[in-house]
Amino acid sequence: MNRYPLWKYAIIVIALLVGAIYSLPNLFGEAPAVQVSPARATVRVDAGTMARVEEVLKSQGLAAAQVQLDATSIKARFDDTDTQIKARDALDKAFNANPAEPSHVVALNLLPRTPAWLTAFGASPMYLGLDLRGGVHFMLQVDMAAALQRRADVLATDLRTALREKGIRHGGISRNGQVIELRLRDQASRNAAVDLLRAQFPDLLVTETPEGTDTRLSLALRPEAARAVQDQSLKQNITTLHNRINELGVAEPVIQQQGADRIVVQLPGVQDTAKAKDILGRTATLELRLVDESTEGLAAERGTGPVPFGAESYPERGGRTVIVKREVLLTGENLTDAQAGFDDTHQPAVHLTLDAKGSRIFRDITRENIGKRMAIILFEKGKGEVVTAPVIRSEIGGGRVQISGAMSSVEANDTALLLRAGSLAAPMEIIEERTIGPSLGAENIQKGFHSVLWGFLVIVAFMCVYYMMFGVFSSIALAFNLVLLVSVLSMLQATLTLPGIAAMALALGMAIDSNVLINERVREELRRGASPQMAINAGYEHAWGTILDSNITSLIAGIALLIFGSGPVRGFAVVHCLGIVTSMFSSVFFSRALVNLWYGRRKKLKTVSIGTVWRADAPSTKAD
Amino acid sequence: MEFFRIRRDIPFMKHALVLNAVSFITFILAVFFLVTRGLNLSVEFTGGTVVEVAYEQPADLESVRKVVESLGYTEVPVQNFGSSRDVLLRLPVQQGKTSGEQSEQLFAALKAQNPTVTLSRTEFVGPQVGQELFEHGLKALGLVILGIVVYLAVRFEWKYAVSAIIANLHDVVIILGFFAFFQWEFSLAVLAAVLAVLGYSVNESVVIFDRIRESFRRYRKKTTVEIIDNAITSTISRTIITHGSTQIMVLSMLLFGGPTLHYFAMALTIGICFGIYSSVFVAAAMAMWLGIKREDLIKSGAKAGDPDDPNAGAVV
Repeated sequence: MNRYPLWKYAIIVIALLVGAIYSLPNLFGEAPAVQVSPARATVRVDAGTMARVEEVLKSQGLAAAQVQLDATSIKARFDDTDTQIKARDALDKAFNANPAEPSHVVALNLLPRTPAWLTAFGASPMYLGLDLRGGVHFMLQVDMAAALQRRADVLATDLRTALREKGIRHGGISRNGQVIELRLRDQASRNAAVDLLRAQFPDLLVTETPEGTDTRLSLALRPEAARAVQDQSLKQNITTLHNRINELGVAEPVIQQQGADRIVVQLPGVQDTAKAKDILGRTATLELRLVDESTEGLAAERGTGPVPFGAESYPERGGRTVIVKREVLLTGENLTDAQAGFDDTHQPAVHLTLDAKGSRIFRDITRENIGKRMAIILFEKGKGEVVTAPVIRSEIGGGRVQISGAMSSVEANDTALLLRAGSLAAPMEIIEERTIGPSLGAENIQKGFHSVLWGFLVIVAFMCVYYMMFGVFSSIALAFNLVLLVSVLSMLQATLTLPGIAAMALALGMAIDSNVLINERVREELRRGASPQMAINAGYEHAWGTILDSNITSLIAGIALLIFGSGPVRGFAVVHCLGIVTSMFSSVFFSRALVNLWYGRRKKLKTVSIGTVWRADAPSTKAD
Repeated sequence: MEFFRIRRDIPFMKHALVLNAVSFITFILAVFFLVTRGLNLSVEFTGGTVVEVAYEQPADLESVRKVVESLGYTEVPVQNFGSSRDVLLRLPVQQGKTSGEQSEQLFAALKAQNPTVTLSRTEFVGPQVGQELFEHGLKALGLVILGIVVYLAVRFEWKYAVSAIIANLHDVVIILGFFAFFQWEFSLAVLAAVLAVLGYSVNESVVIFDRIRESFRRYRKKTTVEIIDNAITSTISRTIITHGSTQIMVLSMLLFGGPTLHYFAMALTIGICFGIYSSVFVAAAMAMWLGIKREDLIKSGAKAGDPDDPNAGAVV
């Protein structure tokens, strides 16, 4: 009766193998590395860049243990920190010839020292949370009301243009919060306006209120359109943050959405919070100015004269210099969107959308400066770069601007991206911030590790003394549980935090419960006079119901924590829940397999080694 | 080795009244301290800024306090954290100043006073987040209670579910009482520990209830009180050993886990100790007072043709 069919052993062997392979990478630790990634959205890293990295390292006589290319960066691993720092300096020099305008981020990093044969299985170690490796954590709240107001501004501008084009007369358009109000004097224009709205503005929900002879139309964004706006604002803010964080040279920044209107930014290894915050919180890095086209200006542009008074010189992306006036006409704050597309002649173009204030200013500028050039300058790290300097062909009203001519669609895309990156879709506010020093992180790992280790050893010692052979089985099952838990966490690429380590310790403490329950139950059956084989079978059978019950109640608590917990509690809850599941497998299924393997084949089993089985009615007898 | 050599069932239920009075008094005391002293909530709940700094020499708390006061903060707790070289400061939310400015200003002032100081960690939580965490914590607690009650009601019967949850909520209140009495910092991690304890110590009640059900089937002549006594006596050994082994792990965290895990482990320690007590004495006694009967459980267990069912009667 205490025999497992072959397939059960097969499952266990497979689980053991998989568990071992996926938990192994955690033992190798991390090696110093240098990471090269693009500093600007227009720069890409590819196989060519990798070859260049290898070449630079070779020419400097620096031996890299491994150079690898992934989606966004090239990582070179080294044996010691000395080589790492030398390599960083060499690569930085090679890739950023002009240190004032770096095109690549060359950052120090730590890479897992996982051997190649393990990586081939897709096995990699758990990702360490900020509390274990040190760094900065921010949570930013995006002001969605502001994003919706901006959208309403854009729509109001569009509506005004559309009404004018159709020749519909109206009594004024105004924005009241997130609602656009349109007044119409007579029935005919009211009908025309409603038709226009239905045809061209499907995102707006129209509510009509008669006011004397006038009609007032209240136009609100439909809920699904509002959701789309919020979604887009969040995405744009994340993109912008990505671009800004690149300036910090962080190896592996984490920037992700949390909930509907929050963004979490984690910068491992960054200690300078002030700078990080300064960069994250920056606004309006885009400026629109006129090109200085006076004789002196043109001379300066050709490099034959000094920059005239009241003007500044900025490099253009093509490498030329553009002399622009100091006066800032518009900033990125007035830019609501930039998209790549095509113009009327099917040439690649960039379409810009300005808000109400921006479009008014823009119309005035374009009217007064037909035939002149205008420059759009993007400021990165306090340094300006002219993105584009097109000639103004005609007066542009309505806030829709199209930049076209002499560019490929790739360039159009890059320009749109750069323009978008310069502005945040909606203002953000830091609502949570955490900084952990690197030494504190290392200390936390050590402390967490020690608490798991010592607790584990004491439990194993106790189990082996108290339950003899069955205690040994339980201990092996407990070790297996730990391996399984670590491997599942590694497979999921879960982030390990200190609360996570605590949950691991707690999971082990609770996992041994099941084994104690089983062992006590087996003893009890023996006490009642059952034969050893019967006792083992009945003990496992009876204990199972109880184990299931108690684990389910623990799981309920774990799931509640998972649903409502955030940050550190979530890390705890994930490990807690997984620990409960793996413990059921290891302490019941796996330990039974060990017992079956050891005792199951012996037909005439007289005694089992489970410590003292004491009977109340007889003098103490040793069972083994 | 065998720790427990019990010859006869221990008449636990004879003392139920006295024991219940004891837990009632503890409970009232815990509530009293919770009301009068309140919980010392961490910044995670209240909002504010925490700054932890490390000195090379044991820190002089008095001079640190003076620096803090010179910046215009009154009643800012300045305390050692883990070792005498580490100092933890908690700043309240200040209107018109961002957290970053607050912590930078503070650190600059501390550096001016003693240049060897290094910043170990800062933590800022906005007031809106704190409020949200508080609400989420309560919701999580509610969900755990509901989930456990429903599960036990389905698995056993409502009387068992109610007594188990009352017994274990009594543990939760007592843990909170300890935190209120000693003014230990109640953080998110402690909340997680409290909920984990709630799930864990319900286990104990489940084990005893399981045994009660089994004994109801096995010994048909015993009274309810005898059945409960028998169930507790036969499970006491495993109760103490399992809690003991979990406690070993938790103690290891308390000893080696450092200051970050200290209160987390402390909440678990108290929870586990009271978990044993409440499952044995409170839950079982509550079930007795609620009047559990053999008939409540047997009807669900008595399937037709179940040969193991002692209540199936003789088959002719």
